[in-house]
This record gives sequence, C-alpha cells and structure tokens, in this order.
Amino acid sequence: MSPAAVRKAHTRVLLKLTWLEIKLLAREPVTLIFSFVFPILVLVLLGGIFGDDHMHRGAYAGIKMMDWYVPAYIGLVIASIGTVSLPVHLASYREKGVLRRFRASGVSEASLLGSQLLVTLGVAFIGALIITIVGMAAYGAREPASPAEVALAYMIGVFCFSAIGLLLASLAPTARAAQSIGLLLWFILLFVSGTSAPLDRLPDWMVTLGKWLPLYHVVVSLVDPWVGRGTNWAQLGIVAAAGLAATAVSLRFFRWE
Amino acid sequence: MPPVIVAQHLHKRYKDFVAVHDASLDVHEGEIFGLLGSNGAGKTTTVEILQGLRKADGGEVRVLGLDPASQGRELRWRIGSQLQQSALPDHVRVGEALDLFSAIIPGGHDWRHVMEQWGLADKRKDSFHGLSGGQKQRLFIALALVNDPELVFLDEMTTGLDPAARRVAWDLVRQVRDMGTTVVLVTHFMEEAERLCDRIAVMDAGRIVAEGSPSSLVAEHAEFVTVAFSTDAPDVSWLEDVPHADKVTRHGARVEVRGGGPVLAHVGAALVAHGITPSDLHVERPTLEDVFLTLTGHAMEE
Repeated sequence: MSPAAVRKAHTRVLLKLTWLEIKLLAREPVTLIFSFVFPILVLVLLGGIFGDDHMHRGAYAGIKMMDWYVPAYIGLVIASIGTVSLPVHLASYREKGVLRRFRASGVSEASLLGSQLLVTLGVAFIGALIITIVGMAAYGAREPASPAEVALAYMIGVFCFSAIGLLLASLAPTARAAQSIGLLLWFILLFVSGTSAPLDRLPDWMVTLGKWLPLYHVVVSLVDPWVGRGTNWAQLGIVAAAGLAATAVSLRFFRWE
Repeated sequence: MPPVIVAQHLHKRYKDFVAVHDASLDVHEGEIFGLLGSNGAGKTTTVEILQGLRKADGGEVRVLGLDPASQGRELRWRIGSQLQQSALPDHVRVGEALDLFSAIIPGGHDWRHVMEQWGLADKRKDSFHGLSGGQKQRLFIALALVNDPELVFLDEMTTGLDPAARRVAWDLVRQVRDMGTTVVLVTHFMEEAERLCDRIAVMDAGRIVAEGSPSSLVAEHAEFVTVAFSTDAPDVSWLEDVPHADKVTRHGARVEVRGGGPVLAHVGAALVAHGITPSDLHVERPTLEDVFLTLTGHAMEE
C-alpha cells in the first residue's frame, strides 16, 4: 500500500467519522444541552444582573461587562465540551466497546481523535454564534472588533480543551467517573475564570487560582481581540502550551478499552 | 505454502490468573479453524493476541507473516474481526456502519453485497440500538467481512442466533471459506465445531489439549463405542463378560454397553444366546462431545 493511498484512507475515515458524529448528535440533541443551553442560560442570568454595569478595577476597567461576558461565554462553551461532553462521550464509547470495535477494524487514533476535534470545533461554533446573537440583541454587546483574531483564539482554545477532554477521557475509569470529575472541574473553572462573578470583584486567591487553570487564559485571549485590544500572544501561547501538554499526556495514557 | 497463523508457546497472565498457558497452533490457508472450549478456557484471549489487540507475555506469533504486536494496524487492515464484546454507537444506522467500516482500508469495498448476504438489507436504515441480538450479531459479522479480508476471526458468532439463523450463518461461513478467506472460529458449541470446522484445537484452562480434524480427534481420543438396546430381562450382568465390553449400565429397560471396536457383534451374539432379541439394538458412535469430556474431564457448560 502506497503512503499516499494510506493517507487518503485515513482522511476518508476522519471525514466519515466526523460526519457520522454530527448526525449522531442531531439524532440525540439532548446531549447538546450542557454544551449550549447551560452557558446561554448563565449568560442571560448574568446579563440580567450585570447587563448595564462596567468593569471598575483592573486592566479591563471601563469595559462594558457584557462585552467581556460574550467572548468569555464562548470560552465557557468550549470548556463545557472539553471538560464534560467530550470525556463522557469517549469514556462511554470505551465502556460500551465502541472503541474496541473501531480499533479491531483498524481505525487509527488520529482519525478517531481528529473527528472529535472537528466535531468540537463545529458544535462550539454554533454555541458561539448563539451567544453572540443573544448578547448583541438582548444586551447591546458590541460585535467582535477583529473577527479573524477572535477566530484564531477560538481555534486554539478548542484545541486546548479538546486535548483536556481527551486527557480526562483517558484518565477516567468509567463514563460516570468522567462525568463527576468533569463537572467538578467545570464548576471550579466557572467561578474563577471570569465566567461568572466579574474578575474585578473576586478575592485575590480566586484570581490566582484561575490563572493556574486554562479557561481564564482562553477567556482573555478571546476577550482581547473582541474588545479591540488585538491578539494577546502571551495568552495564546499559554493556551497552546496547555493544549500540547494535555495532548502529550493523554496520548501516553489513551486506552481503547 | 506457509501457514496463515503460526503461534508458538503463547503465554498470557492477568494478575494472578493464567489465561493462556503454552499455547501453540497453526492455521492453514483456506481452512475453517475452530478454537473450541468452555467459557474462560482462554480462547478469546488467544485470538485477541493473534489480532494484536493484546500483547502476549511470552511466545512467538506470526499472522499473515506479520507480528501482531508491532504491526497491528497493517495486520488489521488485512483481516476481519467479529469480537465477542463490542458495540456501535446507539444511533448509528446499519448502512452508515457498513459504509464507515468499508472506508477504513485503502481502496475500500462495496458494502451493499455483504449487507444483502447477511440479510440486513431491510434493516439498512435501522439504528443499532433497535436491532435484535441476532441482527446485531449478523451486522458484526458483515462488518468483519466488509473489506474482503484474507483472514477473518469470528468469536462466538452464532451466540444470540436462533437455530435456523445459525444454520444460515454456517452456510455463509462455508461460502466465505470457499471464496478463499481463511476463517478462525471461536466457539463453545460442539455441533458448530463438528459441522463447520476443517480443523479444531480444543482449549481447556489456558492450554491447547488436542488439535486435528473433528473425525481424527474422535478416532484418536474416543475409541470406544456404545451398544444400546432395551429389554425387560431382569438380569443382564453376564454382558460384562462379553469380549471387548468395558462397562454395562442400565436405566430401566435401556441397557448400554461401552466397549472397544468389535463389541457390537459380541453383544449381539451373547443376546441371541440368552434368548434376547431386541428390535432396537444399535451402536452409538462417539462424538466430539465425548472427546471433549475425555480430554478435559468435564462437560462443556452452556
């Protein structure tokens, strides 16, 4: 078999698997509730509380709160998929023997994990669109200052949290364990990453904790180009490095069964 | 022609349980090779090692000339596999699964033919979770065969099939063999092994205790026959003195005499001499089940 034919077959499986996963999601849309509906719901609640407020202190003082929250909640959608939906999905595939079936037929790791990354990109994009529309229409949030730079931060953020999702799936013994661990992590992220109470009102220790976790950096890298501060390369570097580290560790621990 | 599978001195242990102990076997091109044994005998572990899904702790394996442990992907593109425990996503449809699996190998194959062959054409748009046990099983066999493999592993393929479907499956497996695919069949059904397999390895407690064609195994390991008849004569203990008779047992009117080769003629002569002429006098040949019992010392549990 020529290397070109092998590559072509890998690409074909990657695309078919991605398309299949999208169809499976459409057939069981309830699985999207956590990824989409929950972040939007929290956005609406926070919009009700802080809708007309501005940041008072810190580096973002003067910025309208909703202009922070809209890109921040795009980050939260990405984090929801990465900490809960993706690991539970993969762990339950492993538990049921779906991964075993795929592996025995010669599906490669690259095709399997690549399809999950592509699906996450697509699902999170729909979530981002809904959040943007709701934020702009209901709370007068601004449009992104630089959509191309936001898109770059979005893609690196999706890469980072897909890798974290894979890591959680690799380490969790069962789908239930993946769900418990993922939800716990998600809750911590929600409170310390500028995705619930505004960062300038958090105690210092929570801000510090947030900076040690990935979502804060994803949020800042999305907010900066959104509010016209341009690409924050330092933050993007941290997000990419976290993604690469998670990828390396999870490939080491990835289990088909 | 070198064997399709050569495995020598395979060992596999899980913590303190030895699953496979010094197992060696050869599978030749174009045969249906059966691995027969009870649950827990080590059959599945053995075929998983052969497919590169598990690493043996010791021993040598070559499958289609490849080392399954280090050339697993390359190997799995040339073989088909129906696993005992596996699943598909609940909402995937039969046609989608076949389409996906047919795309894995460079070149790819048309999956509509196997879909029809295994009676799944009218289930094409049905979801996996809505299929019956037998339909799932047929789908997994079809997936194993979708890429026209050189070698296919079928692990308990007729589990969950009703007797009629089982016979259809046997015919189809023979067709698969006749088309040139070598078949390795893992089973605990005596009848399946006896009717379908060209050669069998009997596995017990992790060891391969015998290997050969069903008829040669019977000839080698079960030399006795059983002569049976019914009578109302109260005492037939004199049958124990008949030449070549080993053991006489009686359940009500039915008498069984177990013994070597010519025992039937001697029993017949002795009966006539005692004035007993039963109309149902007949000989029962040993079956693979008797061989299994002789070799392992226990019956196959279902």
